[in-house]
Amino acid sequence: MPGYANEDVLVTTEWVERHCGDGGIRIVEVDVSTGAYDEGHVPGAVGWSWSSQLCDTVRRDILSKDAFEALMASSGISNDTTVVLYGDNHNWFAAWAFWQMKVYGHGDVWLMNGGRTKWLAEGRELSTDRPAPQAGSYQASDPDGSLRALLADVRAAVEAGAAELVDVRSPAEFTGEILAPPGLPETCQRGGHIPGASNIPWGEACAADGTFKSAEELRELYANAGITGTKPVVAYCRIGERSSHSWFVLKYLLGFDGVTNYDGSWTEWGNLVGAPVERGA
Amino acid sequence: MKAEQYTVEETVLAGWPVRLSSYRIGATWHCKADNVSPGATIATGKGASRVRAKLAALKGAEARLSRTRKRN
Repeated sequence: MPGYANEDVLVTTEWVERHCGDGGIRIVEVDVSTGAYDEGHVPGAVGWSWSSQLCDTVRRDILSKDAFEALMASSGISNDTTVVLYGDNHNWFAAWAFWQMKVYGHGDVWLMNGGRTKWLAEGRELSTDRPAPQAGSYQASDPDGSLRALLADVRAAVEAGAAELVDVRSPAEFTGEILAPPGLPETCQRGGHIPGASNIPWGEACAADGTFKSAEELRELYANAGITGTKPVVAYCRIGERSSHSWFVLKYLLGFDGVTNYDGSWTEWGNLVGAPVERGA
Repeated sequence: MKAEQYTVEETVLAGWPVRLSSYRIGATWHCKADNVSPGATIATGKGASRVRAKLAALKGAEARLSRTRKRN
């Protein structure tokens, strides 16, 4: 991989094609729903729906420890399983799953570089078989709060100027011109961004084929906005999945310390009473 | 089984840029419409031909995009 701080978090589509049937490896397609998975997926992959399986469906939160353990076990994942995640939208929701697996301490997780789009475009083998893995045994760690920013953390960081905020939404969302990505439901009362945030859309970290840009290109991208890793970084978007993608880039590909994902994101901040909001570029 | 004849094209619907990715898996054509920036999937379609899959995706995308309002 091209100069990344951590080279053991990405695999190529070629690698997955060679190893998707190997023991000890579980391939998982992660999307907002399982609609794309149902069309056809990497042979042997199980499918996870972000909406119904990777979030608490009653209160807004990540999975509880018990629910996370149950999902891993039912997917045939044990603590020592190598997990390769991929998905649509250049891995937005796969990155969320990666982030949540790290929150709960899973050791060996990878993203398939380029995600589902690259796999399809390359004409690689697909299957509609749904594997029924033998249930694994899974013991999650207590959640690692150093990977996640909650509202109170973000408020404190904004007031103290203690962290760099990276808003990874589109420029039109950042400025407040629109309240949600075109075609998606508006989920906030106000448009704009958290004061002081830099707008570095998630997609700027990707090449045309959806793979990640080189470390040098990524470093330059963030440095141009003053994000150099000398201060803690908080990434956010609308619901926390695009920011998981950028969190992955900042923490693993660039190796910055103290990078957190604010999964409450704009659907939380943009609905708060009395929260400071900036509009415009 | 694999995705064949994978094609990407862009158009404008209800004033918004849209990217259409279409391909055939087996006998079924699929089309995904995303909103380019940020790239979220907004509609999908499938059918017996690329044209039918694209028309289905375009119909869904246009309905959703027509509800998006600019605020300033």
